[in-house]
Amino acid sequence: MIAALTEQPLLIALLALLSLGGIFGALLGFAAVRFRVEGNPISEQINALLPQTQCGQCGYPGCRPYSEAITAGDAINKCPPGGEETIQALADLLDVEPQPLDAEHGTEKAPVVAWIREAECIGCTKCIQACPVDAILGAAKVMHTVIADECTGCDLCLDPCPVDCIDLIPRKEGIAFWHWNLPTEEAIPSNIIASDTRTRDAA
Amino acid sequence: MLGDIALLLVGAVLVNNFVLVQFLGLCPFMGVSNKLETAMGMSVATTFVLTLASVCSYLTYNYLLIPLELEYLRTISFILVIAVVVQFTEMVVRKTSPLLHRVLGVFLPLITTNCAVLGVALLNINQAHNFIESLFYGLGAALGFSLALILFAAMRERLAVADVPEPFQGAAIGMITAGLASLAFMGFAGLI
Amino acid sequence: MREIHDIHGGIHPPERKTLSRPGELRDATLPARLVLPLRQHLGVPAKAIVEVGDAVLGGQVLAQAQGVMSVPVHAPTSGTISAIESRPIAHASGLEDTCIVLETDGADESIRCEGIPEWQTIAPSLLVERIREAGIAGMGGAGFPTAVKLNPGATKPIDTLMINGTECEPYITADDTLMQCQADALVEGAKILAYVVGAERVVIGIEDNKPAAISRVTAAVQNAGADIEVASFPTKYPSGGEKQFIEILTGQQVPSGGIPADIGLVCVNPGTAVAAKEAIVDGKPLTHRIVTLTGEALGKPGNVTACIGTPIAHLLGDASLSAEERQRIIHGGPMMGFAVSDLDAPITKITNCLLAPTARELPPPAPAKPCIRCGHCAEACPASLLPQQLYWYARAKDHEQLSEHRLLDCIECGACAYVCPSQIPLVQYYRAAKGQMRDSEQEKRRSDNSRERFEARQTRLEAEALAKEAKRAARKAAAQEKAAQDGVDPIQAAIERAQARKIEQGETP
Repeated sequence: MIAALTEQPLLIALLALLSLGGIFGALLGFAAVRFRVEGNPISEQINALLPQTQCGQCGYPGCRPYSEAITAGDAINKCPPGGEETIQALADLLDVEPQPLDAEHGTEKAPVVAWIREAECIGCTKCIQACPVDAILGAAKVMHTVIADECTGCDLCLDPCPVDCIDLIPRKEGIAFWHWNLPTEEAIPSNIIASDTRTRDAA
Repeated sequence: MLGDIALLLVGAVLVNNFVLVQFLGLCPFMGVSNKLETAMGMSVATTFVLTLASVCSYLTYNYLLIPLELEYLRTISFILVIAVVVQFTEMVVRKTSPLLHRVLGVFLPLITTNCAVLGVALLNINQAHNFIESLFYGLGAALGFSLALILFAAMRERLAVADVPEPFQGAAIGMITAGLASLAFMGFAGLI
Repeated sequence: MREIHDIHGGIHPPERKTLSRPGELRDATLPARLVLPLRQHLGVPAKAIVEVGDAVLGGQVLAQAQGVMSVPVHAPTSGTISAIESRPIAHASGLEDTCIVLETDGADESIRCEGIPEWQTIAPSLLVERIREAGIAGMGGAGFPTAVKLNPGATKPIDTLMINGTECEPYITADDTLMQCQADALVEGAKILAYVVGAERVVIGIEDNKPAAISRVTAAVQNAGADIEVASFPTKYPSGGEKQFIEILTGQQVPSGGIPADIGLVCVNPGTAVAAKEAIVDGKPLTHRIVTLTGEALGKPGNVTACIGTPIAHLLGDASLSAEERQRIIHGGPMMGFAVSDLDAPITKITNCLLAPTARELPPPAPAKPCIRCGHCAEACPASLLPQQLYWYARAKDHEQLSEHRLLDCIECGACAYVCPSQIPLVQYYRAAKGQMRDSEQEKRRSDNSRERFEARQTRLEAEALAKEAKRAARKAAAQEKAAQDGVDPIQAAIERAQARKIEQGETP
């Protein structure tokens, strides 16, 4: 039979390729089952880099949905509370180019915490229900107060308050949190000539 | 025998380095060398693919194509072999390291079109290597590719934070550096 | 004779120590007002226990330590508390901090001090308590609470106590003067500290540019008949850094990220040792210290014993400062000190020198030029780091690479910036980078905490929703069961009752 077939080289060629393809296809099918992957571990790692304010400024209802969106391919520059540092960290993790913060979603502001003007608080618990990290202490008809250390400054409590008694004030950092700043780039001009330094010394 | 293998390896890794001397496989070389960790991941993947593809191509050629006098089908059957090996590798990578899979992105399936892989398969035939020689030639090519990729990635990491003049930033200084590295590797000519 | 090793790198800047006449010690005049910051140490600020208007005596406790990493503050002299408020302090930031302001009355009355002359009979832990109560913090410049340093714990046994008499920084001669003028107190203090930590060996290390101090201390050791070794070694900056000092005298390196106690050593400044002696033997808390006043802008440079809390302007006035335009007054030395923004700021327990240079003596820094990758910085680094790489990564804010290149082992000595031919202010980059890394870690901890709270809240809300559902389902099941039992659907019955009532009410207007 082989002899008969050798007289039909086209047929042999086709058969050879088909059988090759068939064998390999079977192999791949087996491998696809054997190496199946459950879940999506990347979004865990992305979520770990986000600031967890659950504020929704990115357009998603929380940080985890945004991390899942990034896994699906969404842009990494939508998080204002995270700011440039988070964008850089995400870019490093995913090996993409860091982009400037998307102004559509907000701008990077100094860290703030919520503060309730207790004289006006009516004890309605609406802000307690809105806080995504349970940073407001209180109960019905009892004074409400914000636990400043736990507050992320997401401002979700401002809208529900019926008497509008919540302010966002800058987070105070004492002398213990001060640190030097990087020397400015102007400190490294690249067009100095030697006589410039001489005149400065003489001055 | 061992001497021949050693010469084959040195030739493939240094003297005729596939990336810097023979200029094959430049796409992943430029595309994946931004970070050292990704470059190392890519090197491992390509080594796996190259060695396996080299062996499978040899077997396909000698035990399927030659008996059936279908040598003219070698290019397409080698591509088939390489595509399957790459697909298999991609599945393994996604299972073992999802982050690496995400970071390598499209470059992992692009190993299929890496001309170094097809080049090794075809060169094995041109140079009439036997099974052992094919295996080590593929391995040597992979090691040479990995060496070039890792060295270049390390250089690019330093370039990324250096004070590069604006017209040269990005791919331009990368290309210039690659050219200089290529000049350096061509200095190995005459080693064996 | 101890084998002296060498450290990697180091530089030899001009010493300029004769300017401040080491070995001659005078008392500073008493200022009208003392400003005592509540934090003069590394750790938690002390808490004031006096109030505005209180009359206090010298040596009286004004603020108590808060917790372990805290140190009390004492009144240096008698007077009245006029304020407890935010005041400018000598800090690189120029920010203010809470201080107790004491108006001196000139009488200099003190409380009665009771020392323990036979300290060898007292348990070491009690002596450590005394040292803590005396408000002693590391007087070499870091201000680490000494009581904490002397108590590394049972897992880190100490076999050697080292007194760091190096004082490698140019201009400063405070420790040199102390070792010449108070050598006996130093030896006594060393003996006390060795007893406290349980050390078998005591070494006093002094650089060889202080021959007078070496001979005075050696004589004092012989007089006391103490088993203390006095070792001298070649002068190089920064041999006085704790890790460098240890490497020179013992050949051992403190592990990266570790402390000397990890290799069985405790290293202490001579001023701290003398303060410990005064606290234990004389019962006196830490209220005064020796400060070097130097620089060509001073008419009477020298070393003075000053009250802690003396305003810097007062001391400079004592030394006849000739004011210049845009003058910098440096707190500390020329390598590691910082310029003081407000001369009303007080000296503290860690002030070892006030340097008032003329513009010609220490000209303002030239503008930095681009890095030429010469590598001189790596040759000079005493911690064997790669300053050039740290510079590039600090500019790029690459925290991962910075920690891989061990930025946290940098002692900020300034040797790299000193040798840089492009005059790049390298240490500024490292300080900024360290601050940014600390901030990042803090942010990360906050966001991890917020995430945990958020997820806990989600879990709780889901659990509540499920519980509600379950209750509803249970109620429904119960109702259905009742209906099956009685043959009457209670819900339907309730609806019919309501409708009947409505019809009834409708008929009666």
